[in-house]
Formats: sequence, structure tokens, C-alpha cells
Amino acid sequence: MRVTFRLNGEATVIEAEPRQSLADAVRAAGFTGTHHGCEHGVCGACTLRVDGVAVRGCLMLAVQAEGAEVVTVEGLDAPDLKAAFVRHNALQCGFCTPGMLMTAAELLESGHVPDRAEIRDHLSGSYCRCTGYQAIVDSVEEVAQARHGAKP
Amino acid sequence: MKASHFDYVRVQSVEDAVRVMADSDGEARFLAGGQSLIPALNFRLDRPGLLIDLNAVTALSGIRREGDHIVIGALTRHAEVERHPLIAAHLPLLAEAVQHVAHSAIRNRGTFGGSLALADPAAEMPACALALRAVIHVQGPKGRRSIPADAFFEGSYATALAPGELLTEVHIPLPDPAARHGFAELTRRRGDYAMAGLALMAGPEARVVWFGLADRPLRDLGAEAALAQGPHAAAAAALDGVEVWGDLHNSAETKVHLARVMIRRLLERMT
Ligand SMILES: Cc1cc2nc3c(=O)[nH]c(=O)nc-3n(C[C@H](O)[C@H](O)[C@H](O)COP(=O)(O)OP(=O)(O)OC[C@H]3O[C@@H](n4cnc5c(N)ncnc54)[C@H](O)[C@@H]3O)c2cc1C
Ligand code: FES
Ligand code: FES
Repeated sequence: MRVTFRLNGEATVIEAEPRQSLADAVRAAGFTGTHHGCEHGVCGACTLRVDGVAVRGCLMLAVQAEGAEVVTVEGLDAPDLKAAFVRHNALQCGFCTPGMLMTAAELLESGHVPDRAEIRDHLSGSYCRCTGYQAIVDSVEEVAQARHGAKP
Repeated sequence: MKASHFDYVRVQSVEDAVRVMADSDGEARFLAGGQSLIPALNFRLDRPGLLIDLNAVTALSGIRREGDHIVIGALTRHAEVERHPLIAAHLPLLAEAVQHVAHSAIRNRGTFGGSLALADPAAEMPACALALRAVIHVQGPKGRRSIPADAFFEGSYATALAPGELLTEVHIPLPDPAARHGFAELTRRRGDYAMAGLALMAGPEARVVWFGLADRPLRDLGAEAALAQGPHAAAAAALDGVEVWGDLHNSAETKVHLARVMIRRLLERMT
């Protein structure tokens, strides 16, 4: 089936079988930052933004993206968050990182400064096998405070 | 793993959804949020020939007040239930419980109606529907009917939906202004399905509903009767004579113990 949508800001047309996941489709379109872990919604590595909200790319069909605005980690406009991950060493192998960034970005746009418990809660749907999460929570907390002009 | 091949059609109305389903000879599935159906396809636990995507049927989503009821469209996302002012104002039990459904990216797509139609015995929304005396409206090849939540959940992943019937909306009566609510759930990890869970309405129309303990959400008449005598009495009466199922991790005895502690603590917090 033909699917027309916006992918990272660009008008995009693809051919997709109905069973193809949106995560597979964006990877096939060259945005390989979207990762596949479990393919049943548990690990969070495939998390994308569709029409402004975070969704599991493995649990949405590419054909369902008709007319939608899809953003992958490559198109995620959050340089401060990405820089904080580097500064805090919040990634090792980087497999979970795109999903962590997409998930954290949504929380950071909520308009308030989340505390550590809320950050952990929000990220609890993403698995990281490497860093033990501490540095990830540190990064998100720092960006949340910086964006609201609070001292870290 | 990847799903096996299927066809896909996006319908625009309830009538079309029901008609396409009727024409499919049992080969089709309705696709709502896909947060349970797509994993089942990816694991190849199910291999339907056709998915009927409901996501463009705008009439199926949204929350409104109709007289002394709150009406929730089947396609309303968990995230919308979580944030909706009518739910916060009138159905705080639901507002609290929905935060325990999976994780935010899953709540952004998963739907209220999908959760009831799936009837996972450890899920929060079916238990709340029972505690809140919801009435479930459906439309099928033989027309429309409505089913009280008390008669809707028939067993593990089994509901009163007849083949081809679409769940369209859920009507929930406004609780008595004097009613209070309580919700508790025990999970291994935030967002997981419950090992033991409790949705409770106290006051003039008390209801105690367990989930994660058996093949369906369970109303506990014994605990309801003892509610007025306090937390200890309710805990002692809870699950008396009720058949509780063990699971992979916990025996039935452990679950009964956890549940009794849970209801006592919850009532102590509420009083
Ligand atoms: C990692 C993960 C964790 C989760 N944790 C929880 C949890 O803790 N608690 C919880 O409750 N849920 C949990 N879920 C499931 C989630 O809540 C689902 O969204 C929900 O169970 C099904 O809703 P859906 O809209 O996604 O339905 P779908 O997956 O689209 O459909 C599920 C089933 O219901 C049928 N169906 C859907 N809508 C209708 C309708 N209107 N009429 C008739 N039939 C219909 C479908 O045909 C299908 O058989 C989790 C999911 C994932 C992936
Ligand atoms: S691959 Fe989608 S959540 Fe794991
Ligand atoms: S950095 Fe390796 S999985 Fe998270």
C-alpha cells in the first residue's frame, strides 16, 4: 500500500505491506536510529513521535501513519537533551538511547519541572541494559531544570 | 518476530466496521490501539486475514457528560482518560487507575474500549468498569444492545461480545456525591499488569472489585458487606469462599494473603 506522510519534516511516500511496522518503515527510509528490541512494546527502543506524542514504533503499522507527522530520533529537536546524555555518559552501547531520548523529550515538554521520581516513572517503560539508569535520570533532571532557569 | 501477512482496511464509520466484519467470515479483527493485538500478531499467536482499523472513526472517541452519566467512546485513548477534566471531576477512581496501565507511550495509543474488549484478567480498566457500574454499548450485525459490566466479563479474555460485535461506548453513572474511591495494585515493576489489584467504591453504593486474582475481575460481596465495620473486618471477610488462581510467580494462598493486606491498608489510608 502507498503511504504518504511527513517524516522528520519531509514529505515522504513509501510502499508498505500492511504488516510492516512503522519502526521498520522509518528504518527502511534511512532513519536507523529507531531500534528494534522486543517487538512487543516492552523495551521502548523503537519509540517514535507521531503527531506530537510518543508511540511504540513496533506496535503501529506503517500504513496507519497515512497523513501523520512522524519524528525519529534523527529529527528530534532537543540538542540540550542530546548534549546532556553525552556529558553525563548516559549511554554506553547506545541501543536504548533513541527510545530514552524520545520518551524523555515528551516529559520535558510537559511544561513543569519533574522530580527524579517522576522522571523514573516516565522512563520506566524503556529498558537500558548498560548504564543502570542513574546517568539517564541525571541528564533528564538537569535539562528539566535548565529549561526552566532553575539551578541544577 | 514479524507478523504474518494480512490485509488492511481503514473504515470511516461504525456501520462500515460492522459490515466489513460481517463479510469477513471470522477472518478479521478490529484494530483499535493495537497495543495488545499487534504484539499478538508479532508473536504469531493470531493470524487474522484482515485488520479493520477503527482509528479514523471519530464518532468512537471522546468523553462527554450525558445527564447523570459520563460516556466514554471505545476509541478514547488511555492518555485522554488520564487527563480529561470530566474524569478527574466525576470518576477519580478511573483517573487514578489509568495511570497504572502500562507506560506513557502505550497509553498514548491504547484505548479504553480495547482494554474492555480484550478483558485481560489482570487489567485495570475492566475492574474499574465493574466497580463503577458501567454499561457497555455494542453494535453488531443484529443491531445495538447494551450490557452491564456485571454480565460483560465472562472469563479469561472472554466477554459477552458476540462474534462481529463492536464495542462502541461505555456509560458510567455519576457516583453518589458521598462516595469515596480507593485503588491499589501490586506489580513487580511500575506499569506491569497486576499480581493483585483492587478497585473500590465506598459509601452508599459500595463495590469491591479485585483483579489479577482470577480469570476475570471479581466482585467481592463479602468484603462489601463488611466495609462499614472497618479495615480489619473487611480484610477478614475479603475473598472468603472465592476461588483465587495462582500464577507463574505466586500461589493462590500468597495472592489471598497479599490481597487481604492490600484492602486493609487501602481502607486505613482512606479513613
Ligand atoms: C508493554 C505493555 C504493557 C501493558 N501493560 C498493561 C497494563 O498494565 N494494564 C493494562 O490494562 N493493559 C496493559 N497493556 C495493554 C494496553 O492497555 C492495551 O492498550 C489494551 O489492553 C488494548 O487496547 P487497544 O486499544 O490497544 O486494543 P487492540 O490491541 O487494538 O485490541 C485488543 C483486542 O480487542 C479487540 N477490540 C479492540 N477494540 C474493540 C472494540 N471497540 N470492539 C470490539 N473489539 C475490540 C481487538 O480486535 C483485539 O482482539 C500493556 C500493553 C503493552 C504493550
Ligand atoms: S521493539 Fe518496540 S518496544 Fe521493544
Ligand atoms: S546504553 Fe546500552 S542499552 Fe542503554
